[in-house]
Amino acid sequence: MLAALGRPFLRLLGGMGRMACFTVRSFAAVTKTRRLPRRLLRAIFEQGTRCLPVILIVGIFTGLVLGLQGHYVLNRFGSESLLGALVSLSLVRELGPVLAALMLVGQAGSALAAEIGIQRNSEQIAALETMGVSSEGYLVTPRLLAALIVFPMQTALFVLIGLYGGYLSGSAMLGLETGVYWSAVEKAIEARDLTECFVKAGTFGLITIAMCSYQGFSAHLGQGTGARAVSAATTRAVVLSCVLVLALDDVITSFLLHR
Amino acid sequence: MTDTPEPLLRIESLHKRFEDNVVLAGASLDVPRGSLVTVLGRSGTGKSVLLKCLAGIVTPDAGRIRFDGKDLDASTRADFRRRCSFLFQSNALFDSLTALENVALPLEQTTSLSDAEIRVQSLEALKQLELDAHHDRYPSQLSGGMQKRLALARAIVTKPELVLFDEPTAGLDPLRRNAVFTMILKYQRQFRFTAVVVTHDLDEALIASDRVALLDGGKMLFEGPPAAFTTSTDPVVSSFRDSAAALRESVAALRQTTAAS
Repeated sequence: MLAALGRPFLRLLGGMGRMACFTVRSFAAVTKTRRLPRRLLRAIFEQGTRCLPVILIVGIFTGLVLGLQGHYVLNRFGSESLLGALVSLSLVRELGPVLAALMLVGQAGSALAAEIGIQRNSEQIAALETMGVSSEGYLVTPRLLAALIVFPMQTALFVLIGLYGGYLSGSAMLGLETGVYWSAVEKAIEARDLTECFVKAGTFGLITIAMCSYQGFSAHLGQGTGARAVSAATTRAVVLSCVLVLALDDVITSFLLHR
Repeated sequence: MTDTPEPLLRIESLHKRFEDNVVLAGASLDVPRGSLVTVLGRSGTGKSVLLKCLAGIVTPDAGRIRFDGKDLDASTRADFRRRCSFLFQSNALFDSLTALENVALPLEQTTSLSDAEIRVQSLEALKQLELDAHHDRYPSQLSGGMQKRLALARAIVTKPELVLFDEPTAGLDPLRRNAVFTMILKYQRQFRFTAVVVTHDLDEALIASDRVALLDGGKMLFEGPPAAFTTSTDPVVSSFRDSAAALRESVAALRQTTAAS
């Protein structure tokens, strides 16, 4: 029984170690990668534009629902004036970074894992190595750096759109005064809330893009070959990234709340 | 006694196994500078693994590879990669890049040339392979032969001294096989690189190569000029060489049996 439990644990530990080495190698390749700014701009454009519509749509609906639910709950205690505080703190401290990261994993992360998996399958990664080009530096480094910029930006956008959604349902639909809503928003958000928001967004971006790249890179090591291996790698990338986002959210929240 | 110059590439007793499957069991090969050497062998005898060991994609278990008089190890691998190109069986072209961007890629990533110089050199390589008119097309918009030429343009744009060809004619019809071998020979003479070609196309190899080698059972059973290969009495060499004749005899015997019954 001990062996049955120990084997998957050791496998998990080994996988985490390999992914950590892969991430470190990708960052170390910053100095070896030529024309990095150009590839970085392209990666920012790809990650940013690919996810923009879904961030806007999910952001507005999250805000709308928060406004409705918040108004319903606060109304019971005669505290509707605090709706702005509830919506803003929920979005900034928790829902913004987590939901934006999950959307980015679904859009940019899955596409990245599939793209790199196909490149592995069709020997494009081997071709880079034979040319003397660092495959991590060429394919992963710009994406990791882009994630550190795009995830916080998309999270900020998600929060802003969500706040507007909360205003639409709370004020425009349910009659709370506009000034009361926005004033509560302004009073509620402090610098440390924004710090937590952006620390989470940056960490989620880094970890999920590293995970998706790693799964694509090691598509040939998993079960199956060809298209099936790429499909399995993409599924693994999305599932593990989502789990990591939620687990890290708990760790970061615990750490920052009790600092 | 005359000193023969050391070959550009020397493989000494290379071993490689994948779990229980022994693929290379002491394969050795000399590749003289400026020559076109073809490694022949049946499918699954480890020809591609041999080439991948050279390119550093696969790490051999034992043995020695010498390039230009130096052992190939971690310290000399970077220099080897600058001076060697690898043409994959699948071409390994970047499908999201245009023909020009594919050719420019090794220059962009391994040299400090300006963008203008890279463009000029890449277009020149495309022109030499008669692909300049298609420089803005993606690999998927090119025919099979054009993709092969594009892969060769990418391989030669860095002006390598050694080019490794992995099954360049696999899956092609006889006319295209001839065209690819002619292309390799033409550009090998034109750019004066040393070429190692792995294939199982005997006829083309015997016509185009300066030397041929036969890999079987993980070892080089024959290494020498094509003329010696055609006259070799080694049973494995003759069975590989005469496989077409053997097929003709088998088919004739089968037809006779069918007709008699």
